Amino acid sequence: MKLAQNLFEPAKSQISAEHINRPSTTMLQDAWRRFKKNKLAMAGLITLASLILFAFIGPYLIKYNYYTNDLMNQYLNPSWIHPFGTDALGRDTMARLMYGGQVSLAIGFVSVLINLSIGVFYGGISGYFGGRIDNLMMRIIDIIYSVPDLLYVILLMVVMGKGGLLNIMIVLGIVNWMGMARIVRGQILTLREQEYVLASRTLGASTSRLMLKHLIPNAMGPIIITSALAIPSAIFMEAFLSFIGIGIQPPFASWGSLAAEGRLNIPSYPYALFFPAAAIAITMLAFNFVGDGLRDAFDPKMRK
Amino acid sequence: MAKYLLQRIASALLVLFLVVSLTFVLMHSIPGGPFSREKQVPPAVLINLEERYHMNDPLSKQYIDYMKNVAQFNLGPTFRYEGRTVNDLIKDGLPKTATIGFIATIFALGGGLLLGTIAALWHNKTPDTLATFIATIGVSVPSFVMATFLQYYLGYKLGLFPPVGWNNGAFKNLVLPSIALGAFPIAQITRLMRTSMLDVLSQDYIRTAKSKGLPGYVIIGRHAMRNALLPVITYLGPFFAYILTGNFIVEFVFGIPGIGQFFVTSITNRDYSTIMGMTVLFCSLLVVFNLLVDIAYTFIDPRIKLTGQKGA
Repeated sequence: MKLAQNLFEPAKSQISAEHINRPSTTMLQDAWRRFKKNKLAMAGLITLASLILFAFIGPYLIKYNYYTNDLMNQYLNPSWIHPFGTDALGRDTMARLMYGGQVSLAIGFVSVLINLSIGVFYGGISGYFGGRIDNLMMRIIDIIYSVPDLLYVILLMVVMGKGGLLNIMIVLGIVNWMGMARIVRGQILTLREQEYVLASRTLGASTSRLMLKHLIPNAMGPIIITSALAIPSAIFMEAFLSFIGIGIQPPFASWGSLAAEGRLNIPSYPYALFFPAAAIAITMLAFNFVGDGLRDAFDPKMRK
Repeated sequence: MAKYLLQRIASALLVLFLVVSLTFVLMHSIPGGPFSREKQVPPAVLINLEERYHMNDPLSKQYIDYMKNVAQFNLGPTFRYEGRTVNDLIKDGLPKTATIGFIATIFALGGGLLLGTIAALWHNKTPDTLATFIATIGVSVPSFVMATFLQYYLGYKLGLFPPVGWNNGAFKNLVLPSIALGAFPIAQITRLMRTSMLDVLSQDYIRTAKSKGLPGYVIIGRHAMRNALLPVITYLGPFFAYILTGNFIVEFVFGIPGIGQFFVTSITNRDYSTIMGMTVLFCSLLVVFNLLVDIAYTFIDPRIKLTGQKGA
């Protein structure tokens, strides 16, 4: 066998091997790219967007509002005039669903925002300082954790008086932060040992800069996932509060309180329970799909 | 082991002490006493009432008295049920709640493990889709809606089971409440079991078992399921918490006079001593149960060494 001479020529290097061909992507862009490929998660996201439009834009498009009684038209079945029927006082169910959606979604988002702030702050401190402080702070969480959050919510709601919207948001927010704090703490605990943190500290970065520029942004993935999954559980909990009568009070409404009202006369008029229940279930599903999709998108183990 | 047990019991007692104190503080910081209603009570009557329930004592004395009573398992009088104590309510209600909780536990654990295993064995096939679908419904419908639908359709429309009532604990009266209570945990357990079963099935020792020519049920039963159980056991703590608090709704909807229903009624009635007593009871049950779960770990998974824990 004869070997041609040209096989042994050095390769021509026109492009430097060091050159990066594609534009660099941030973690969020990366996650979004993976998220887009997940059909179930995208369906969840689109559903959520439509629900938000339904709740917040919808009321401007229909001619009924959530509080006007129309006693001539009680318990109407769904029709073209009232697509979802009317309730015991002749109020349009669709208008009430839209309004209830605003309340339920707002409760979900705001309470999670509160628990996120507390959780990130608490978990961040605990994880960053470590040692005895960490031990003490986590012990406190263990103690709070050993009592079901529902009990705290009920006790606090009883103490704060019946369901103002703000009260519910605050109570749900200050009750649910422990899970978030644990996750943030775990993240920070591993992140602070990384070389780039050491490098940054060597260069003289302050604690707050390390936290805000390096640690928390890198822990963002788990934080976002936990938040996405906490929103539906807040909506669920509000529904529970409404059911036992210490949630949103009439004439105001949330999906939970509409369902709780609706179940009272289910034998004669099941629609009043069906529509709010369906709204809650769809929201739950959508959030869970989005949450699972986010988990896959952010989880480095899933990277191909 | 003994050292660990002592430590755990001490910390459980601490938790209980804190919870009782916190509940006491919360309940006494509510504006307006338990007797302030829409209809004003005459001042003389109010003084008598306060005298009778020792509510005119200084707060510190009330607190110490309450602590002493709780330590002797005496949760005090109720404010709304004339002549009955919280202990009476618990004596009446707890057996009923426990019965339903027990059946729901069997239903949720058995059903969840079965569904999860089936889903994993037929991964990405029809049974998997079906099990995942059931699990998804279970977590996305609020339990009171689930309970109402079951009550209305299976109980009232189809007449399969009595839609309400306790009926001295007749089994057919317990079916619907137990399903309603188990719906959420069955979904959770199915998801957990499916994931962990899929993980275990891809392990080397399963392949070894197969190549030894073991029959399928031995591989699944002895090698796969037992190892896949661990994440489910970790879930037992939250599971039990759910069974306790979920009972509030289920008992309320199905009209079962258990402690869950007493608790919900006491909230709407602003019956503070009952709220307090029930909270203390729920927390004690939970703390004890969590302790049992932790101890159970050591027997199930010998790799976990309780004494070797961090900080111990």
